[in-house]
Amino acid sequence: MGKIKLKIDGREFSAEKDEYVLDIAKREGFEIPTYCHNDQVSREARCRLCVVEARWQEGGHSRIVTSCLYPADEGLMVETNSEQVRLVRRVVLELLLARTPEAKGLAELAAEYGVGKNRFGADTDFGKCILCGLCVRTCREVVGVEALGFRMRGVLKQVGPAFAEPSSVCIGCGACYFVCPTGHIIMTEKGDERKIWGRTFKMEKCSKCGRYFAPKYQLEWINSQTGVAMDRLSLCQDCK
Amino acid sequence: MKINSLADLESVKSKALAASAAMEKTVIVCGGTGCLSYGSAELASALERKIKDRKLNAKVMLKMSGCHGFCERGPIVVIEPDKIYYQRVGRRDKEKAAEELVETTLVQGKVVESFLYSDPVTKERMIDYYKIPFYAKQKRIALRNSGHINPADIDDYIATGGYAALVKALAMKPEAVIEEIKKSNLRGRGGGGYPTGRKWESTRKAEGPVKYIICNGDEGDPGAFMDRSIMEGDPHTVLEGMVIAAYAIAKGKAPAHGFIYVRHEYPLAVKNLTKAIEQAREHGLLGKNILNSGFDFDLRINRGGGAFVCGESSALMRSLEGRVGEPRAKYVHATEKGLWDQPTNLNNVETYACLPEIIVKGADWFASIGTKGSKGTKVFSLVGKVNNTGLVEVPMGIPLREIVFDIGGGIRKGKKFKAVQTGGPSGGVIPDSMIDLPVDFDELTRVGSMMGSGGLIVMDEEDCMVDVAYYFVKFLEEESCGKCVPCREGLRRMRQIFDRITTGNGNPDDMVMLEELCTAMKLGSLCGLGQTAANPVMSTINYFRSEYEAHIKDKKCPAGVCKALIAYMIDPESCTGCQLCVKNCPSGAIKGVKKKPHTIDKEICIKCGVCYDVCKFDSVKRK
Repeated sequence: MGKIKLKIDGREFSAEKDEYVLDIAKREGFEIPTYCHNDQVSREARCRLCVVEARWQEGGHSRIVTSCLYPADEGLMVETNSEQVRLVRRVVLELLLARTPEAKGLAELAAEYGVGKNRFGADTDFGKCILCGLCVRTCREVVGVEALGFRMRGVLKQVGPAFAEPSSVCIGCGACYFVCPTGHIIMTEKGDERKIWGRTFKMEKCSKCGRYFAPKYQLEWINSQTGVAMDRLSLCQDCK
Repeated sequence: MKINSLADLESVKSKALAASAAMEKTVIVCGGTGCLSYGSAELASALERKIKDRKLNAKVMLKMSGCHGFCERGPIVVIEPDKIYYQRVGRRDKEKAAEELVETTLVQGKVVESFLYSDPVTKERMIDYYKIPFYAKQKRIALRNSGHINPADIDDYIATGGYAALVKALAMKPEAVIEEIKKSNLRGRGGGGYPTGRKWESTRKAEGPVKYIICNGDEGDPGAFMDRSIMEGDPHTVLEGMVIAAYAIAKGKAPAHGFIYVRHEYPLAVKNLTKAIEQAREHGLLGKNILNSGFDFDLRINRGGGAFVCGESSALMRSLEGRVGEPRAKYVHATEKGLWDQPTNLNNVETYACLPEIIVKGADWFASIGTKGSKGTKVFSLVGKVNNTGLVEVPMGIPLREIVFDIGGGIRKGKKFKAVQTGGPSGGVIPDSMIDLPVDFDELTRVGSMMGSGGLIVMDEEDCMVDVAYYFVKFLEEESCGKCVPCREGLRRMRQIFDRITTGNGNPDDMVMLEELCTAMKLGSLCGLGQTAANPVMSTINYFRSEYEAHIKDKKCPAGVCKALIAYMIDPESCTGCQLCVKNCPSGAIKGVKKKPHTIDKEICIKCGVCYDVCKFDSVKRK
């Protein structure tokens, strides 16, 4: 570890050695689009939108890399908006838009990169899922449950509980619903019931204000993982 | 028995050599997968019985070997020391063939003419194994033992000089072993061509509580089978190469563990490797205190589940960990953080198979073969429209022409050579104008193709270049892991464009889209599979653009392959009314009476082309 100097779009910045380029660029105010990145989970470079052009020598050979995983070092030169970068982003966005025309925010972002009429057509069978995997990583790394995963491969790849059956380990916490960037995951609540991924969960009432605020299984899971007593978990966020 | 020293190894070797020297003849029946499917196992047991019946046991040794590479000619039988090469032995009748071979060759000492190879052009019959054109221009390093030794017998391997490299390497300093490999300039045979010595050096330098040595035997390119042949025919050479690598890489107290990742579809390779591992352990060549040197190393076999992408090194490692076989970004190399995030060295089967020879004969010897940037030899799966197909090992830099026309014996049925596809789904096509291209890593990349694992498909005038690209796109679409967007979605859209072009529904914009997708996939995909997936498309567009245009603008397939764009008809002038096409047509589309010109009903015709192939008067026309 130690301080290093790198250039982003011609301007010099200092950063930690091996710090990811995306983090440095964001800190310094550069706009880099991402769809599969979230600070709370590991990085997988699935969406390819955060690509930048990296080179190590002035005028030397450059390489398109995903900034979310590319470690910075002394002398690195990064371009965040070069012709090649824009080409990759534009084609990726056009491909995603063809797959999931309804995905939240996608059409607007695509338009920024000049995607007009979609030349590849529009699919209807993938919902809004772009397979970013944020739900899978959140469930595994943040919640610690691993109720979600990928099935199949290639274009048949899908996200969801194993064998596409209601998961026996899901606690109904809804973290996947909240982290999903495109609005693919559907969660509904009615009275004391929450429905998600084909299962219905009983909700608990806040012991103070009386509104239903969390599934019973989620509170039990938190209790089992943290040791915090159940009665202390009975207050909703607002009443805590 | 445990081998503890060079003297022990020499004694095993001289015993094995003495045993075969005591025999007048050795009959080697090919037991490679190709020959086995022609019934070479039954042939071998028939031979065994006949040899016993004639009481030749004391004079004739019978053994089954690995692959000879000339699989289309199986079953292959070689008689040593006479170098007699028999092919297509007993395809129909094993008993009769065995009787003939034993009686004529073993008893009377004459050759069986009908088993001899005859040159497809000159029709000359040849006896000598090494004079057959298919073998004459080959130089075998990785395949040196395959077809000669019994893979199930460690003594046979030792008799040919096996494990001498290990003895030599263990007497060297690990750094010196790495230096030797670096000096040899050996580059990875799995496709990437990364210098092996440098990879070892990085893995050795990396710190970690444990180091992993992996052999990539997940050969997935359609039509490529060199790794399978080596694992089946010479498993000990892979083990020996791996132990040498482990010794060179291990440092201090960090133990090294090995894995051989083999396709599930290669049962014989798994069987022979398993046996070899057992034998090597029994002989003290694997496990604790190898060759009494204090060095420990052991390995195990893992079978792959059949995903093409698991041949990609990082996906292979995820698969070994028991996770979904998806590649990861390799900005931090596996040599530092690989399997279970530990320093990992992964080489291909063929790379390991070259190592023992380099250690024994020296880096200078190896570096004297090949070109400036590519040393040694490379095994190719020579397939397609050539007269001789099979597995060939040639020195790097050999002109493509020699592979196709000398070793391959030229194009079948005297047709015109059109192009060669190298490197499998990651490679590209090389047009006939580049037939004198020296074949090595850099030259192939320069012309837009790739060495890849060594697939080499020869194509003639009746192959459609659009269809070739379409085939690989379809293959890759199915095999893409789906992790990153450009590969997953891009291949699907490419395939849809090809669906249109090959059915006459293409439009000029399709070419623009294809080229844009190619560029974006090459730049933006996560792993080698996606980055190179555009090669078959790009190279066919570059060299055969007019063929694409014919499909799109004229709605024609010049090579006559794309079914939607062709039609068969019978020329009434030359048709003799022989009825041959009528008899062979599977859909009953051809009508006509004897000695009167026939006609094809286009409504019923399925465009299979059987009539075109069977007509003796060239009366069936394809348009």
